[in-house]
Amino acid sequence: MLKIKNLHAVVEEQEILKGIDLEVKAGEVHAVMGPNGSGKSTLASVLAGNPKFEVTRGSILFKGKELLEMEPEDRAREGLFLSFQYPVEIPGVSMVNFMRAAVNEQRKYRNEEPISATDFLKLMRDKRELLGMDSQLVSRSVNEGFSGGEKKKNEIFQMAMINPLLSILDETDSGLDIDALRVVAAGVNKLQTKENATILITHYQRLLEYIKPDFVHVLYAGKIIKSGGPELALELEKKGYDWLIRP
Amino acid sequence: MIEQQYIDLFKQYRGELDANSVEGLNRHRDAAFEIFTEIGFPSLKQEEYKHSNIKRCFDADLGLNLRNIPVPVNPYDAFKCDVPNLSTYTYFLINDRYYDKAEQTENLPSGVFVGSLQQFAKEYPIQFDAHYAQIADMSDNGIVAYNTLFAQDGFVVYVPKNVEVEKPLQLINILRGGVDLNVNRRILIIAEENARVKLLVCDHAVDDVHFVVTQIVEISAGASAQVDFYELEENSEKVTRLNNVFSEQKENSNVVTSGITLHNGYTRNNYRFRLLGEHAEAHAGGLAICDKTQHIDNFAFLDHAVPNCTSNELFKNVLKDKATGVFCGKILVEKDAQKTQAYQTNRNLVSSDTAQMFSKPQLEIYADDVKCSHGLTTGQLDEDALFYMRARGIDKEEARLLLMVAFTRDVVDMVRIPVLQERLITLIDKRFRGELMRCGNCEVCK
Repeated sequence: MLKIKNLHAVVEEQEILKGIDLEVKAGEVHAVMGPNGSGKSTLASVLAGNPKFEVTRGSILFKGKELLEMEPEDRAREGLFLSFQYPVEIPGVSMVNFMRAAVNEQRKYRNEEPISATDFLKLMRDKRELLGMDSQLVSRSVNEGFSGGEKKKNEIFQMAMINPLLSILDETDSGLDIDALRVVAAGVNKLQTKENATILITHYQRLLEYIKPDFVHVLYAGKIIKSGGPELALELEKKGYDWLIRP
Repeated sequence: MIEQQYIDLFKQYRGELDANSVEGLNRHRDAAFEIFTEIGFPSLKQEEYKHSNIKRCFDADLGLNLRNIPVPVNPYDAFKCDVPNLSTYTYFLINDRYYDKAEQTENLPSGVFVGSLQQFAKEYPIQFDAHYAQIADMSDNGIVAYNTLFAQDGFVVYVPKNVEVEKPLQLINILRGGVDLNVNRRILIIAEENARVKLLVCDHAVDDVHFVVTQIVEISAGASAQVDFYELEENSEKVTRLNNVFSEQKENSNVVTSGITLHNGYTRNNYRFRLLGEHAEAHAGGLAICDKTQHIDNFAFLDHAVPNCTSNELFKNVLKDKATGVFCGKILVEKDAQKTQAYQTNRNLVSSDTAQMFSKPQLEIYADDVKCSHGLTTGQLDEDALFYMRARGIDKEEARLLLMVAFTRDVVDMVRIPVLQERLITLIDKRFRGELMRCGNCEVCK
């Protein structure tokens, strides 16, 4: 589904990613771990197409198409979803209008009719219940006045609404208390199928107790320095990153 | 001197001017003449008019319909309003004249007068004399003096003590003319003690000629009265609109005004609010969406004369192409006006290198126990929000539109008529999409 080859990216003239190689297949869950400043969030932003980052070398094939040649909106329509580390507050744009626009843009891309009002409301209700979100939240402006935990839940709610092929969850666990983490993880697990895939970007092993990864990668100084199975996460939890950085 | 031709015109046609108006209006012309000949139109040299060239607006060959030659128009045929079905009370001014054939489907509450200024002057001389040209101070304002010099008719809303007009009133100003015209129009709103009324004024130019319009609005809010005054401008680019809104409030009264400039040519809105009784509240909103070479200049003066009053101003502009926006917000808190709360916000979105925004907050505070604030920002759309929306599959242009509509939202929220709020959101959305051509729905523009 996703093939990243020798990816280099800079932000404000500083090279953050220095040659990433990663392959993700349908049905897989990958965890990307690493200390602060290693480039994890940059990788997520580059995949989603954030214009603040410039890719200087490499390629990203998504379903065989070059992602780097696509606008962010087209990447999303192709099925890529980024759960933001810092979801943006958009005063004046209601969650309802925002979600309707997003869902309909995806449908338009697939040559489908816009969703009917009743189907849309039902979809909203179902997915809201999946995440245990207050109905009040979805009637407000996008993320405006949401707590940290509510914002993260809202990201997964949007993911559930859009039903993407590849979800990149950037530090979705940060700012969540243990109950919220369980709900969010359960939501992510429910959405996981054989056809889609997930990349979890996280500092902590904690999230991986709830969402079981098939592969774990350690990102350090812009490169993946170690890859392994779920046991690697446990090892990192015990030993930290130092033994990998300075072997 | 640009003023001379108008001074000569007045001298020459004084007789016809008076003959086609009524004594109540005519009585003020001498004083207006004296002031106008002395101060003339505002000039660019005046600080408050630094960015709006008023003299130039009048430096043209403009006709005045002083003899009240009827303009052949049936407003119901010529024009479909963009805010339909808002009210069961819809009224029209054709240029400055009251259109007396408007059909009303319901009766107004008893004692309420809504109609022509001339008729009001004759039938309610006491109320007329107490308010007309009394709230709008012309001593230092050449446009008010000029308007008072030539005004012959206009529109009045009079709501007596303890009466509430529940359904909003709607006044549609239609500009018609075969030649370039100067129109001088008056609006008078009197809400006596504990009276309540809401008025929406829609401005439309129907013909493709130049119009230079002066409009003087006088609002008197008695003790505990509530007045809502909303204006929606959808004029052609050939219209110059020089609007002056004067509001005086007694204790516990509450006045909301909002000026929404959806489509215009050259607009100057002056607002002057005087809070004269304790615990009075004034809320002034303004929103303009301008492109091409459109010009919007909002000047708001909030005068806190007594303690314990609240004022809140929110003015927003969205500018692109070579549009110009100006905002000046003056707050005066007089010496005894303790416990004043006065808030002012001006936010502007400027989305081209050639559009210009001039903004100036001006606070003069002579009391020591007050809460006053002002905030001013001019910038572009939030890039993070834009990316966030695109990352959900929303088209870049669509995301920009949604963000621009969102930007206008808090001004719309100040409007206290829910159906009008909804309608405004739709119209603003259409305006950003370029679907609101010229003056919207009139037959001539179609």
